Amino acid sequence: MTQNDASAVNYNFDVVRQFTVMTVIWGIVGTLVGVIIAAQLIWPALNFDTPWLTYSRLRPLHTNAVIFAFGTSALFATSYYVVQRTCKTTLFGGKLASFTFWGWQAIIVLAAITLPLGYTSSKEYAELEWPIDILIAVVWVCYAIVFFGTLIKRKTSHIYVANWFFGGFILTVAVLHIGNSMVIPVSLTKSYSLYPGAIDAMMQWWYGHNAVGFLLTAGFLGMMYYFVPKQAERPVYSYRLSIVHFWALVSLYIWAGPHHLHYTALPDWAQSVGMVMSIVLFLPSWGGMINGIMTLSGAWHKLRHDPILRFLIVSLSFYGMSTFEGPMMAIKSVNALSHYTDWTVGHVHSGALGWVAMVSIGALYHLIPVLFNQQRMYSIKLINTHFWLHTTGVVLYIVAMWISGVMQGLMWRAVNTDGTLTYSFVESLQASYPFYFIRFVGGVFVVVGFLLMAYNMFKTINAKDNSLKSIETA
Amino acid sequence: MSSFWSIWISVLSLGTLLGCYLLLRMCLKNFADVEEGESTGHNFDGIEELNNPLPKWWSTFFLLTIIWGFGYLLVYPGLGNWEGLFGWTSSNQGILNLEESRAKAEYAKENNLIVQYDMEVKSADAKYGPIFDAFAKRDIEDLGTASDEEAITARKVGQRLFLQNCSQCHGSDARGTTGFPDLTDNDWLYGGKPYDIKHTIMHGRHSQGMIGWESMLGGEQGVKDMTAFVLSLSGREAKEGSVAKGKANFAMCSACHGQDGTGSDQMNLPIGAPNLTDNIWLYGGSERVIQESIRNGRAGVMPAWDEILGHKKVHVISSYVYSLSHQ
Repeated sequence: MTQNDASAVNYNFDVVRQFTVMTVIWGIVGTLVGVIIAAQLIWPALNFDTPWLTYSRLRPLHTNAVIFAFGTSALFATSYYVVQRTCKTTLFGGKLASFTFWGWQAIIVLAAITLPLGYTSSKEYAELEWPIDILIAVVWVCYAIVFFGTLIKRKTSHIYVANWFFGGFILTVAVLHIGNSMVIPVSLTKSYSLYPGAIDAMMQWWYGHNAVGFLLTAGFLGMMYYFVPKQAERPVYSYRLSIVHFWALVSLYIWAGPHHLHYTALPDWAQSVGMVMSIVLFLPSWGGMINGIMTLSGAWHKLRHDPILRFLIVSLSFYGMSTFEGPMMAIKSVNALSHYTDWTVGHVHSGALGWVAMVSIGALYHLIPVLFNQQRMYSIKLINTHFWLHTTGVVLYIVAMWISGVMQGLMWRAVNTDGTLTYSFVESLQASYPFYFIRFVGGVFVVVGFLLMAYNMFKTINAKDNSLKSIETA
Repeated sequence: MSSFWSIWISVLSLGTLLGCYLLLRMCLKNFADVEEGESTGHNFDGIEELNNPLPKWWSTFFLLTIIWGFGYLLVYPGLGNWEGLFGWTSSNQGILNLEESRAKAEYAKENNLIVQYDMEVKSADAKYGPIFDAFAKRDIEDLGTASDEEAITARKVGQRLFLQNCSQCHGSDARGTTGFPDLTDNDWLYGGKPYDIKHTIMHGRHSQGMIGWESMLGGEQGVKDMTAFVLSLSGREAKEGSVAKGKANFAMCSACHGQDGTGSDQMNLPIGAPNLTDNIWLYGGSERVIQESIRNGRAGVMPAWDEILGHKKVHVISSYVYSLSHQ
């Protein structure tokens, strides 16, 4: 509807195209590594006694690939696209945007080499060693310059809500990354954290939880705020809800880290504050879901025909579910059951596969035709197949992990009449096997879905300009 | 915590909650210039924003969680040095070593402080203590071999404690693995009498450690010769000439392993030098591994469990371990 006045501006879509294509490729890589390590948990022999194929080295490769290669590439692509479209101006900084693409891809390649070789700082989601950390900081600062520079030279009077979330995420991730990565290097490949003991743990989870809160939540909410109203062709439900949930979300999330350290050496006061803020965070988190889903009011029928919109709306349902589950798991007495079990793994994946991946996939299916001069994707049917494969995979995954996790928690705390534990650890592991298998199957569904997406994408890119006409639906 | 940090934490956390409340109050009012339900008139790449009010259930629920947040921080420790209304703590805070921990636990008991961990330990002791008291009245040999119900129960309890605390090294079946002794075979490094077993578990064992002998044996050939002799001790095949050469040097080894190689336990020495004549191998009995042991030496450690489990539980585990080689 606004293609015409938009084309008046000479947008920089090159970098958006690059990041978009790489998002799909990294999506395949990241989830494939995930499936491999899921299989290793069932059949340990699959590491072939090769050091760089062991679970311990591939697991950080999986998390880094999905968060920083797939997820963050999706954020780069969509934030660069959205900020230009909603500010009616091209990207600031000229070649700097291109530098962020090549810099970020270099970081991913370095991660893919160093992690299997065993170089690690051993901090979860921050395993990369200090030279790569410095490169990340440099690229990230350039990203901030491009993004905020574009905001500053915008041609609109207001800043659209999607850009608040993108801006908040970019700024906070810079602070988190630099704060948590403070180390004393002893060689090019080895360093020691600047922080001691429990302080190090607190720094780690301040970083770790806000990687979830700002990168995987705020960033993707930015994505949601553009692509949901755009795909539904409906106005955003409530401007005032946007305001209250944005500010409450960013100011509460930053406190939530200590709930990863309940009943540890972390002082009680920090645990209490972390738990309180996590629970108060519940409603502000849901603000985003309400605003997204209610945007569809008056257009619900579109869900019947539009698998892209279905991806976006189902992602919001998973978002709502995870952000309800999260605060519940932050309650100390619930955490006493859930912590260290597969429940946590299930929770993370209902967020990562259900929310992050689905909203990205939906956004990309909207974006790819626009970027490559088509009116629609090569095959809508394949999008629909992808939707069902992905949804089935996610449901299999998280249901298996819920059952397995609660079972583990109950087995670990079961006590005999004499006070000894009823089950040894190995017994709980044995009981988890069937669920590990279901998780593996769910993962395969997700990877196959991504492969279909890649096929669909390359078919769309290779089609003659404007040859794919939009199909009118009743 | 200094009062500066205490105030810092309190102001920031209360400020965040208060800020959320003020934000909510602000957005409950219609501050946009248009009627509720109308478009705000913003247009971003074709996207408009409606001025709908906040869903009532949502704002009510949000308000309730904020109020609950203030309440929780009043009751529980969270605001810097504020201890909470009832002085509850999850465990003794700020301790750096075992002595401090004990002193604090004692202090908490005397002053009736609500320390959750201490209270849970206390109630567990009250509930399960008598069971272990009864077991402790009988000696290990009796508990480990008698067939009355109490002894059988004791061994079952001992097995469960073993599975949770010992199986990581000694294996679920107690048959050990490389470097960790088999406990079922009646071959003992530090003695297999009931008292010895309990002593081992209570206080741990730190083997004297076998040094590397390569240079003292005159190099690689010396190591090979000694290996041949060691193999011959348990009746295994070895080159005659080498055996004789190795034997000539065995005086060096006999201080720990005994003149006949039957190990330190035979001489009542608590140094953990294995019996070399029984074909039971702690680190592996292949020629290559024996050479490696002689060349580089070995050392093993068994941690002490007294502080972790207490002597009554160790008593029960000891009876289980004793029973394994006395069935």
